[in-house]
Amino acid sequence: MPDVLLDRILTQAWALSPSVALRPEPFGALAYHFGNRKLTFLKRPELVQVVRVLAEHPDVRSALVAAGVPESQHAAYGAALRGLARTDMIRPREQELAS
Amino acid sequence: MTPTELKTQDDSESAEDMVAEDLIEEVSIDGMCGVY
Amino acid sequence: MTAVQERPVGGSLIDQFELGLDAPICLTWELTYACNLACAHCLSSSGKRDPRELSTAQCEAVIDELQRMQVFYVNIGGGEPTIRPDFWHLLAYAVDHQVGVKFSTNGVRITPERARVLASTDYVDVQISLDGATAEVNDYVRGTGSYDTALTALQNLQDAGFKDAKISVVCTRENIGQLDEFKALADRYGATLRLTRLRPSGRGADVWDELHPLPAQQKVLYDWLMAHGEDVLTGDSFFHLAAFGESLPGLNLCGAGRVVCLIDPIGDVYACPFAIHDSFLAGNLLDQGGFQRVWQTSELFTELRSPQTGGACAKCTFYDTCRGGCMAAKFFTGLPLDGPDPECVQGYGETALAGARTIPAASQDHSRSGPTRNQPVMLQLMTRPPVSACAQSPLAGFEAAPSSQNGCCS
Repeated sequence: MPDVLLDRILTQAWALSPSVALRPEPFGALAYHFGNRKLTFLKRPELVQVVRVLAEHPDVRSALVAAGVPESQHAAYGAALRGLARTDMIRPREQELAS
Repeated sequence: MTPTELKTQDDSESAEDMVAEDLIEEVSIDGMCGVY
Repeated sequence: MTAVQERPVGGSLIDQFELGLDAPICLTWELTYACNLACAHCLSSSGKRDPRELSTAQCEAVIDELQRMQVFYVNIGGGEPTIRPDFWHLLAYAVDHQVGVKFSTNGVRITPERARVLASTDYVDVQISLDGATAEVNDYVRGTGSYDTALTALQNLQDAGFKDAKISVVCTRENIGQLDEFKALADRYGATLRLTRLRPSGRGADVWDELHPLPAQQKVLYDWLMAHGEDVLTGDSFFHLAAFGESLPGLNLCGAGRVVCLIDPIGDVYACPFAIHDSFLAGNLLDQGGFQRVWQTSELFTELRSPQTGGACAKCTFYDTCRGGCMAAKFFTGLPLDGPDPECVQGYGETALAGARTIPAASQDHSRSGPTRNQPVMLQLMTRPPVSACAQSPLAGFEAAPSSQNGCCS
């Protein structure tokens, strides 16, 4: 995924990848990708909620709002989601439809 | 979900300082000692 | 639920993991103590099947429970797991129940046919054990023919199109000089190299003095690993080497009883596979409440999840990175758990080893009695007294026919 597209992540539609298991923890969640064996620690319950509801929202920004993430943190959450995209934990929804 | 007035502890500091590393951390599934 | 500790919000992974989780992230499951080999350093003292081994149905129930707990990944080992007749069934069962599997094998049953099946199965990782880049070095500790068996398995996997097998090496005094050759072997077979630490566990206790890397070799290993970065795996085996400078990739954390554990062939649950001893036995999953109850409420694991003081190590400037080293390495060399690791890179371990200590008696021994056809040369040599103080050759007085003693495992 070219970075120029990732920069616009807040305006795009994304979803959790199908091979990812999300395991709740007291501190947030563990996300494990069965295909590439990447393990990511989601450190905030708000981020876990965002990831859970991503697919139901037309774009990332509305998922952040729905999860109660203050706007001042949207850039940081966007950066975190870009990190998740780089390891295929989340995928753009256009790609989902195409595959 | 979380009402916006329920702030997490860090919000009293400048939330603009929050970075991706505060939110996610990657580790290798092979990166835990005790599995041969 | 695990006993609730005061949990910090956010923070590092290590802070969270040290307090333990409601389920392991991954674990080792030894399916059988039976083995076709008799490696000198076997951490589980394997050889003979234990008659109390879990049945197929009991193993399926364990997998069901691991699925419910969302254990992501299981390392299936032994003994030699593939010699259980139901191994391939259990492998498929695990995959079908959302439990990812890596299995550790000496390669004996990885035929071209099996390799083809594996190549067509998602979510299965294969790890071949190899402790020498040449037959001479490998077979010295693993027995005659074991090198050939491993390489044949690797070739069969490659020919079948299996991607990214693992070659797992236990680093010893004998093989530290072969690191580049190991890497070349892995590259040749399209595999990933994994270097791991020799622990004085199981039969390893009997050969540790002769086999563990010397201090200078630890530095060679550390430098080599730093140079190879993420290309070479370590299973976070060498976090005690962080005291050399930068940490190696990985959590740098003892996972025992916190994020990993061992399930043994009879359902006993230990803190980790390097700690198969009554002192590290948390319970048995056949008891009421199953594995989950043992994991979440056993006294041993609750103790391991409480904040650990560094003891004598806490004042050392490197404590933050090395965390006092490996609990199992300390225990099986008779060192106190709140003191230095026997291979502490600052040298505190050597000092401790020179002092008074009592090596704990083994709780278990599943070794086959009597020398076997493929008994490693190392053990054959160790069972005989020296021929004469002047004998030059290490094979002086060696006879091919086995004698009646039990070898080093009595």
